[in-house]
Amino acid sequence: MGAQIREYRQRIRSVKATSKITRAMELMAASRVVKAQQAVRASTPYANAITRAVSALTYHSDVEHHFTHEHEDVQRAGVLVITSDRGLAGAYSSAILKETERLIGELLEDGKTPVLYLVGRKAISYFSFRHREYVASWEGFSEKPSFANAKEIGDRLLEDFETEQDSGPGIHEFHIVFTRFKSMVTQVPEIIRMLPIEVVEGVSQPAEGEMLAFYDFEPSAEEALDLLMPKYVRARIFNCLLQAAASELASRQRAMKSATDNAEELVKKFTRLANQARQAEITQEITEIVGGANALAEAK
Amino acid sequence: MSTLHVDIVAADRKVWEGEATMVTARTVEGDLGILPEHTPVLAVLADEGEVSVHTVDAGRRAINVSGGFLSVDQNRVTVVADTVDAASLSH
Repeated sequence: MGAQIREYRQRIRSVKATSKITRAMELMAASRVVKAQQAVRASTPYANAITRAVSALTYHSDVEHHFTHEHEDVQRAGVLVITSDRGLAGAYSSAILKETERLIGELLEDGKTPVLYLVGRKAISYFSFRHREYVASWEGFSEKPSFANAKEIGDRLLEDFETEQDSGPGIHEFHIVFTRFKSMVTQVPEIIRMLPIEVVEGVSQPAEGEMLAFYDFEPSAEEALDLLMPKYVRARIFNCLLQAAASELASRQRAMKSATDNAEELVKKFTRLANQARQAEITQEITEIVGGANALAEAK
Repeated sequence: MSTLHVDIVAADRKVWEGEATMVTARTVEGDLGILPEHTPVLAVLADEGEVSVHTVDAGRRAINVSGGFLSVDQNRVTVVADTVDAASLSH
């Protein structure tokens, strides 16, 4: 009997220790997710300025650029997968990987070879465990990506995209799989096609009565576009990284909150069981004493 | 006289925003000065360039930027750069 109480007490102690950790992680994620959201907001002016400039360029001039040129015979398609470095974030990484598998399936169906670029240790271990090839990977910044990280990734992808022009081992198109941060409670895995570029968002139509401004370009529209397109791509990648970071932290917060709640639930349950066991022990002791006393009295 | 509304943005943040009477910047083709009512222009800035803003209330400010461009449209000047040297934000 005493052994049972001891066992329950031990379970309670261990669950309490775990819940302290999950509680701490929840609070940490909660404070970081605010910063991550601020980072998303802080990068918006830059993204908006670039988008506006790119749409101005494509709208006001009819310059053709190979970044916007649709390839007829796409053979190799790059896929950038953005996951987290650490686990304990609920279904965050597995949702992304599931979405990636779906995209890979679709690409294969269309006769394209998927070429993988991975961000985050979770994706790297997922693919290397299955002995599946990937061409490049980055890790160590999934919670707090900087623009330098986005630049590094963007430069590598653009380089591979450029080599395609000479039918090298490059890529013909390129997709990003990331988690869009909609709100603290909803984050959705999403696939966007980055290259060739479809400048859809923010193509500002001139408002009623407003004259369409014709831009002068220095040095020329072609050169401006050459400079802007890579910047546009990098800004988009940066935005995806930031959104993914915010999503990761939000799902970690949620996962850790439910873990803490479950722990509290367990502690409650085990406390009741321990009390019951204690009570049963006392009752038994009393019965034994009374029984013993009665036996002694009868023996007299 | 109307003034220019100037935004200076780096990749990860907005660096400065305010009203100015004149903006000069070094583009790949040479220095470019912007006064109010300038025609819409989109200019590629030189790799290591200084943008100086003659603000309405705080005198002249010089900012070192690298890898960026400048756009002017209806008295709105937007200077966009990958990196902005924050230390150069002083007068």
